[in-house]
Amino acid sequence: MSISRRKFLGGLAAGAGALGASGKARAGGGVHSFPGYPGRYGMLHDTTLCVGCRSCEVACNHVNELPPLAAPHDMTVFDKPRHTTDKQLTVVNRYREANGGKPAVYRKQQCMHCNEPCCASVCFVKAFTKTPEGPVLYDPSVCVGCRYCVMACPYYALSYEYDEPWTPRVMRCTMCYDRIKVGKVPGCAEACPTGAVTFGRREELIKVARDRIEKHPDRYIDHVFGEHEFGGTSWLMLAGMPFGELGLPENASHTPIPEFGAGFLGVVPLVLSIYPGLLLGIYAFTQRKQKLSQKELNTAVAEAMARADEETKQKLAAALEKAKKDKDKAIQAAVKKALADEEKKRAAAESGDKK
Amino acid sequence: MSQTSPAAPGRLLSPFNLIAGALLVLGGVIVLIRFVNGLGATTNLTHLNPWGLWIGFDVMTGVALAAGGYVTSTAVYIFGMKEYKPIVRPAILTGFLGYFLVVVGLIVDLGRPWRLPYPFVVQPGPTSALFEIALCVALYLTTLFVEFTPAAFEWLGWKRWRRVVGAMTIALTIFGLILSTLHQSTLGAMYLVTPTKLHPLWYSAHIPVHFFVSSVVAGLSMVIFEGMLSHRAFHHQVEISTEQFDRITVGLAKAASIALAVYFAIKVMGVALDDDWHYLATGWGAWFLVEMLGFVLLPCILFAVGFRERRTTLIRVTALWTVIGIILNRLNVSIIAFNWQLPSELRYVPHWMEIAVTVSIVTFGVVMFRWIANRMPILHEHPEWRGKH
Repeated sequence: MSISRRKFLGGLAAGAGALGASGKARAGGGVHSFPGYPGRYGMLHDTTLCVGCRSCEVACNHVNELPPLAAPHDMTVFDKPRHTTDKQLTVVNRYREANGGKPAVYRKQQCMHCNEPCCASVCFVKAFTKTPEGPVLYDPSVCVGCRYCVMACPYYALSYEYDEPWTPRVMRCTMCYDRIKVGKVPGCAEACPTGAVTFGRREELIKVARDRIEKHPDRYIDHVFGEHEFGGTSWLMLAGMPFGELGLPENASHTPIPEFGAGFLGVVPLVLSIYPGLLLGIYAFTQRKQKLSQKELNTAVAEAMARADEETKQKLAAALEKAKKDKDKAIQAAVKKALADEEKKRAAAESGDKK
Repeated sequence: MSQTSPAAPGRLLSPFNLIAGALLVLGGVIVLIRFVNGLGATTNLTHLNPWGLWIGFDVMTGVALAAGGYVTSTAVYIFGMKEYKPIVRPAILTGFLGYFLVVVGLIVDLGRPWRLPYPFVVQPGPTSALFEIALCVALYLTTLFVEFTPAAFEWLGWKRWRRVVGAMTIALTIFGLILSTLHQSTLGAMYLVTPTKLHPLWYSAHIPVHFFVSSVVAGLSMVIFEGMLSHRAFHHQVEISTEQFDRITVGLAKAASIALAVYFAIKVMGVALDDDWHYLATGWGAWFLVEMLGFVLLPCILFAVGFRERRTTLIRVTALWTVIGIILNRLNVSIIAFNWQLPSELRYVPHWMEIAVTVSIVTFGVVMFRWIANRMPILHEHPEWRGKH
């Protein structure tokens, strides 16, 4: 593929601009809020109706053109907890065995299609899109394969094609977006024989769920999982036992996960704008300090030199004086001596003359 | 330059070269398998544990340990601590090689590494912490490369280029510090979105600050430790006297002690702010205390003692201990305390091939450092440029 220089620079600028704008967007978020696309679809999973028949698993692989399940009627798979994989985008697990009059408890798991998807917020190529219809879609044509989305998902709902050396993709439930678009119901909901998985407008499904809780308070705990968890999900769940025991995050915050990460991005423009001035200031300070101390040193040296100079001059003058005095003394002494010698000679001559 | 020294170039079949060569070949073969058969054939990565040793060590830890470059260049060029100048070049070279290896590790780990430029040229996703890290690491790797070029230009005798880069020193240092502040902290910020997956004792809303401050600790410790190694291995090249070198070591110990004290304080604050005290009584709490008391508080005290009593050997041992502590912290966040609620059979343990590639990548770094330090003016000044940096 070819990428023009302009597009490259445009991409960089867009990125930098968006980084800078994130702080603003967050500040604005406190005033405005987006309640989500109106009339979007959702799925309701009533775990009290699920009998663990695995029809949804079979249908899922069929509509997604994945290899069919090896043993779709093997119920021993429930002995161990399973997770979604790149070959199976939904799995049903058993969380409590049947005992006494109480039936076994199953829960189907798959991508929850969050209202504010964490995978979309952490993707550095924006490969995920929250569609107005509700499903979160993934575009493998831009995916770099960093797997940050897989790592970040609080529901462990994403998987990766580790065995694909050249074209690995992130694999997850699409809520059958292509079927929804043409007016069909998602594969799992269509296949479910007990009505444990149903499809509809999210708002209406919440009403249905509340209605069921109200009518059968003994059957359900008073909570619709997914209504508010991490900002809400397209998949909603009803259960007769605490959701924590069904392998879901218990007491999950109502704050969307992306908000946990977004706050920090506001630091980026701060660092970018404060650091250069601050550091140049510190640099200027140290330079100034060094210059001042150098100046002080220079002055001190000059003064010391001058003082030394003065002292030397005085010493020299004193020495010269002394030398002069010594010289004079010496001259005088020499003159004296010469005179004395002369005197002696003359005296000797005189005495010799007398002889 | 003495030819008899073990570090001197020339002897191709030295024990070092043989062992390093074998490790590099092994790593190369595994990387080949990875690109032919996929990540599944060479790693223990799962859908629950998509990030393993190659991210936890090669990227998370690698970036922290390569922090010496920005720490020393800021101290010398911005804060004017000129007596530390002899350690700037080795620190920048280590930093450059470190970041280069981070990118190598990333290329091995990414599903489609040839798409690495996509965030910048095809479709940017700027809400991702990873976008910022990718941008910063790309720019910082370039910055470190430019900061390293003076040594290469002096070696090549390209005086004009050397002068041009020399004039850019302050700008490069500031740019490097901005980028380092951002991506060192953002590596921690990547975990802000995993409040349910990372153990509460390691998870904190302030984890970016934890990562940044500990990167200063890592940078200082690595400079002390790596300075000791290169001082020994390349002693025939080192021009500064042992006294001057010891003075630098003691000064760095003082800085490391202060940085560790700050780090300890903000970590305690992290536990207090989230009211995680009750976790300290659990097994995870004991492990957290091993890290906090054994690898943060203890080296903080030992560095202080080493500084006070001028005990350089104690300081060097403490530096190595601190480096191990930083590795432990990054592995705790990325692997050990991550997914802590999963049953043990679903937890990640690295495949031997992942470990072999990591060892091979580190070996590659040591080989490159030796090759460059043996040729270019890294540990000594170029005679023509003495005192002119």
